[in-house]
Amino acid sequence: MPNLKDLKNRIESVKSTRKITKAMQMVAAAKLRRAQEAAEAGRPYAERFNAVLGGLAASSGGDSAPKLLSGTGSDQVHMLVVMTAERGLCGGFNSSIAKLARAKAEELIASGKTVKMLTVGKKGREQLKRDFGDQMVDHVDLSAVRNVGYDNAQAIANDLIHRFNEGEFDVATIFYNKFESVISQIPTAQQVIPASFDAPAEGAEEVSTVYDYEPSEEGILATLLPSGVATQVFTALLENGASEQGARMSAMDNATRNAGDMIDKLTIQFNRSRQAVITNELIEIISGAEAL
Amino acid sequence: MADTMQFDLVSPERSLASLQATAVQLPGADGDLTAMPNHAPTITTLRPGIVRVESPEGNAEFAVTGGFAEVTANGTSVLAERALPVSEVTQDVLDGFVSDAAAASENATAENLDELAKRTVDIAAMASELGLSVKG
Repeated sequence: MPNLKDLKNRIESVKSTRKITKAMQMVAAAKLRRAQEAAEAGRPYAERFNAVLGGLAASSGGDSAPKLLSGTGSDQVHMLVVMTAERGLCGGFNSSIAKLARAKAEELIASGKTVKMLTVGKKGREQLKRDFGDQMVDHVDLSAVRNVGYDNAQAIANDLIHRFNEGEFDVATIFYNKFESVISQIPTAQQVIPASFDAPAEGAEEVSTVYDYEPSEEGILATLLPSGVATQVFTALLENGASEQGARMSAMDNATRNAGDMIDKLTIQFNRSRQAVITNELIEIISGAEAL
Repeated sequence: MADTMQFDLVSPERSLASLQATAVQLPGADGDLTAMPNHAPTITTLRPGIVRVESPEGNAEFAVTGGFAEVTANGTSVLAERALPVSEVTQDVLDGFVSDAAAASENATAENLDELAKRTVDIAAMASELGLSVKG
């Protein structure tokens, strides 16, 4: 049985751990609100952008379409862009993305494709480095960035497009966590190059509108496709940001609760041993008195 | 005939304006155009410039650095890469635009060199319209 002093120290240390997790939970809650607002503010842009681009893409299929839309005609080399957080202590957030990416990479390798990886965020890199270290082409470090802006997304997108134009890969997929709620984040894989669009939900009437294009349909498509990649990356970054804070918040909430339970258990143990010590002393005194 | 239409100005980071407007002047890539209610459906790309909105509540001006606009009979939406109210465009902000454009020009390939050069010129034009100047 551990002695009283050890138990007391242990209780104190769990108490201070609880304070830390509690503080982290509150910080995450505050950041979550901001991240959620940012994600919501970015949504109208992304929705409209995809609607317009989707319409354009549907109407201008064929051989003349830019490569970003139609692809290179092969799907031999895949680029996986794995977006994770820069920090840990957020539950299964980073692992779930890494798991999805790993499954996808293994599947592709098994079917004879070449896989390249680009990681955004330190944690994903750490988890995937051991298995796919040779396939990693680059890493984007966002640890110095406080609030993710469109600039960051644009930089990543430009890098991707540059590599695509150089012929480094045929298909690019981004991996991120879609924010569903504080307790639920869905790891998502989304193909960005060649561009893929969700079918317009209530598209029937929209498609019927015939637009005039200035300068020309192809001209607009050529300008918009790179921005489309940037928009998708940006949306993913924002969703990821909100998911990270949500995951951290619930992880820290759990940790706080566990620490509370542990303190209760330790306190009971402490009281029991104290009582045992007192009983012991009393017995010694009484038996000492009897012996006289 | 409706005399106002819905006008939306959104950038990736936030939604800047959503109001009823009578006319919207857009800096189209091939030249300025003004969208009014019942305009023929048009999609145009934008050059760096100023979007002027006329509405019953008064006029507003926004600086945009590019993007595109979708005009339909009953609404105009501008999806700008970067946009902010003209009152917030200070010399510092403008210098930021200029240095971004300059950085882009440095990495230019032969095919988009013209485009990027035009961008720099457009920003300078926007600057003089706002009464600011481009250094260098």
